[in-house]
Amino acid sequence: MSWIPAQLTGNILTVLIFLPLAGALLLVFLPKGKPRLLRDATLLVTALEFLLSLPVAIGLDGTSAAMQFVRKVPWIPEYGISYHVGVDGISLWLLMLTTFLMPLTILSTYTSVEKHVKEFMIFMLLLEVGMVGVFLAADLFLFYIFWELVLIPMYFLIGVWGSDRRIYSAIKFFLYTFAGSVLMLVAIIALYFHHYAVTGVYSTDLFAMYELSIPVKLQFWMFAAFALAFAFKVPMFPFHTWLPDAHVDAPTAGSVILAAVLLKMGTYGFLRLAIPLFPVAAVDLAPVLATLAVVGIVYGALVAMVQKDIKKLVAYSSVAHLGFVMLGMFAFNLQGIEGSILQMVNHGISTGALFLLVGILYERRHTRLISEFGGLAKGLPVYAACFMIITLSSIGLPGLNSFVGEFLILVGAFKPMPALTVVAASGVIFSAVYMLWMFQRVMFGPITNEKNRHLPDMKAREVAYILPILLFVFWIGIYPQTFLRKMDGSVEALVLRIETKRQAALSEAPPGETLLARYFDIRK
Amino acid sequence: MTPIPMDSHALAMSVYSVLPEIVVVATALFILFLDVVLPEENRRVLCWVSFFGVAIALFCVFALGPARIDGFSGMLSRDGLGAFFDMVILTACALTLLMATGYSEWEGTHKGEFYSLLLLSTSGMMIMAKGTDLMTVFLGLETMSIPIYVLVGFHRGRLSSIEGAFKYFLLGAFASGFFLYGIALIYAAAGTTKIPVLATMLYDPRLAESPLFLAGVGLLLVGFAFKVSLVPFHMWTPDAYEGAPTVVTAFMAAAVKAAAFAALIRVLLTALPGMQPVLWKVLWVLAVLTMTVGNLSALWQDNLKRLLAYSSIAHAGYILVGLVSGDLLGGQASLFYLLVYAFMNLGAFGVIILLAQKEDDGYDIRHLAGVGFRYPALGALLTLFLVSLAGIPPTAGFVGKFYLFSAAVKSGYIGLAVIGVLNSAASVYYYLRIVVFMYMTPAAADAPVPRPPRTAFSLALCVAAAAVLILGILPRDLLALAERSVLSILM
Repeated sequence: MSWIPAQLTGNILTVLIFLPLAGALLLVFLPKGKPRLLRDATLLVTALEFLLSLPVAIGLDGTSAAMQFVRKVPWIPEYGISYHVGVDGISLWLLMLTTFLMPLTILSTYTSVEKHVKEFMIFMLLLEVGMVGVFLAADLFLFYIFWELVLIPMYFLIGVWGSDRRIYSAIKFFLYTFAGSVLMLVAIIALYFHHYAVTGVYSTDLFAMYELSIPVKLQFWMFAAFALAFAFKVPMFPFHTWLPDAHVDAPTAGSVILAAVLLKMGTYGFLRLAIPLFPVAAVDLAPVLATLAVVGIVYGALVAMVQKDIKKLVAYSSVAHLGFVMLGMFAFNLQGIEGSILQMVNHGISTGALFLLVGILYERRHTRLISEFGGLAKGLPVYAACFMIITLSSIGLPGLNSFVGEFLILVGAFKPMPALTVVAASGVIFSAVYMLWMFQRVMFGPITNEKNRHLPDMKAREVAYILPILLFVFWIGIYPQTFLRKMDGSVEALVLRIETKRQAALSEAPPGETLLARYFDIRK
Repeated sequence: MTPIPMDSHALAMSVYSVLPEIVVVATALFILFLDVVLPEENRRVLCWVSFFGVAIALFCVFALGPARIDGFSGMLSRDGLGAFFDMVILTACALTLLMATGYSEWEGTHKGEFYSLLLLSTSGMMIMAKGTDLMTVFLGLETMSIPIYVLVGFHRGRLSSIEGAFKYFLLGAFASGFFLYGIALIYAAAGTTKIPVLATMLYDPRLAESPLFLAGVGLLLVGFAFKVSLVPFHMWTPDAYEGAPTVVTAFMAAAVKAAAFAALIRVLLTALPGMQPVLWKVLWVLAVLTMTVGNLSALWQDNLKRLLAYSSIAHAGYILVGLVSGDLLGGQASLFYLLVYAFMNLGAFGVIILLAQKEDDGYDIRHLAGVGFRYPALGALLTLFLVSLAGIPPTAGFVGKFYLFSAAVKSGYIGLAVIGVLNSAASVYYYLRIVVFMYMTPAAADAPVPRPPRTAFSLALCVAAAAVLILGILPRDLLALAERSVLSILM
């Protein structure tokens, strides 16, 4: 990192968090009546954000497990709360995913968002503040603030710019995720006082918490609270019911960000907080969570198969894909966790692109029903080609991005959980069924609906926001080393931490202790 | 007890201890005088005179500094807690008066008695917050309540106003009776009504466990519960809040609650910590009932004033969560929250006053349809206040709730904190419902045009909004001040 000026390395993450906020404030003062200016300004801010995030990706030392580009400033020192941000191999690619997709998403709204452009752009930028903040926060209080900050802009994006049942979906989205996360708040507070009771120091610093050895019974309840919050967000079966509603009714840009980034906040939360803070409970409850993940994979795929609406199909496919992410994580080994992180990025790219492509179709026909289409490949060759690549990427075709992630996850999960992994692998086949079937019905065959005969193909602007995504589909698929090597240090340290802390905590446990005895003192 | 002679020093101290009250009462009397001599068309001046009176009183609060001043032979003490609540109450009063500049013009409350009653009530609140003798607390309570009964019924041509005032007055009279009877029983058991003396006597289990004393404490709590509207003593709240002139509603929710809680905090933290093992169960039940009933009832309200009335009940419950533990952190969190609540609640009522066209039927939630985009500043402000009331970061409401629930968790009441946060999650529904109407439903053809805000009115809203944001991001100094204030009564 020596080529980056020292001043910059300390402050770059702060700049990344607050640049979109500054952009949002700037937008407040721009005239309402000039939508083009508002769009260009937002595009500029988000593009600048992406450019500024590049030095972080290049400069991060992948062999080190430490937080890098750290900045720590006391905030409420009497209570040990500080503004503490940093990035490591676990958060790096999620940060990059966010900054990469934002300008593309903004570009996609140039024609699809016509009303209240100013407010729309302000909410998009505020959303970016929250998302970037969540991935960079290294303090529990700060993390929680950014975590909740994301809800309000997304609530407005769905509720104001959405379709049909937007109000219902917006409130459902908000209440589900908020109800989940307030329990996490109680757990954070309890953890905070536990830290004080053990060390005599008030602190909400994540790394101070990592060093704690928390009694196993306490771990169980805290893990449950954190896991519930994150399970709502991911969403894991059976907490997923808000997702199809939110996706279907959200505007395209909202769906893209929701699927690509917001859901990752849940999976990231598991990796960053729930698992490393409470390793004993995490490992003991892994069978439950892995089973739910696999149920999600199969259930999501089966339900996706029978959907009539393309967007809803993609929404259910998200449930299935995130099942893979969760399964890999709960393998607790290098392959599983690296695959899991890579798959988060892959899902962001593939599903984000799918929503963008569906949005392009929706702009032309104002419907997303599969039965309304057919034979589009003849009139829209460029569109069909892009759609094909993304479809194959989503299925996990070798050579494309998702294959690498899914393969690593299955390899990682096979050793600890062979039976579940076999069932999960069937999900790959299901995904081929629903995606290809949908593709076939939309793209091939005769043109049955006259309205589809003269649809215009993708415009230059539309190609401009799909093309960069295709680049990464191939890049990750062909040479994933670029991405995996940056994670090595952090993931290895995480695996080691889980193992050592678990052994230390259970060193005095009687051999053959059942979980009921360990957590609830219930003995036969 | 032999009477303590009043020398000139003690007299000066007594005057200093109630200096803000003296200023406020003098202003109230001056207003009555002005009301007689001023011609009808110059009545607008009354509001400004009241505002400057309150501003001078607020200046006195700061000028007197943080030092503790005991007055009137220990009947009253301007300690940290008293000074903190002087600040809260006077700030709430000042913001109310700024909003009254516009409101009085629209609703015809530019009358001398309106302002002088408001100021007299304010002086009662400050005395209540400073009282170190149960009798002084009662004196303050009555001085506060009686003008408020009148103010609630100020729109005497409106049925809802009269109904609210009558209900409030009847139930309030009962509550005062309970309160006074509680004091009598405590005096019978302990032989004193001085709060610090009671605190030392309570170490004797013969007193702490005597049925007479326990009955007295119970009755005292009922009196408090009525004033801060804890369930099941909350029945008057929705009606009084709905019927009262809206500025008075805003003032009641912010200041009456603060004053009553001030006295409650003083009693709980200084006189009754010895009884905490018994008392916490009662407070626990009251807190859970208050939060839950308040929030669940608010879910169904279509009238904005009633909705905020139930929300204010729920907020009393949250504050009580902090007080169950009866420790420093809880007291401090309550103080912080009461100031924050004053800002966000006055702000929310302020925006609603502007958006409603007239009293009575102007407060239907459906009237807000589409105003968010049509009047972006008002929409954004109301959203900010509601988000803060819901306790979502980065607002002061979140920081306040964080510390209230922290106090409960710290003392091991994790179940209570869980019930609290789930309540807070449920409350999001009705706060967001207002936002839904503002931004997500199309405006009706005959959508109301908001009242053109006066400069003073806008200033009040901006101050409240700035406070909500600044205290949400940089709460440090206020938290420290709240801590010092609570420490001053624990010493």
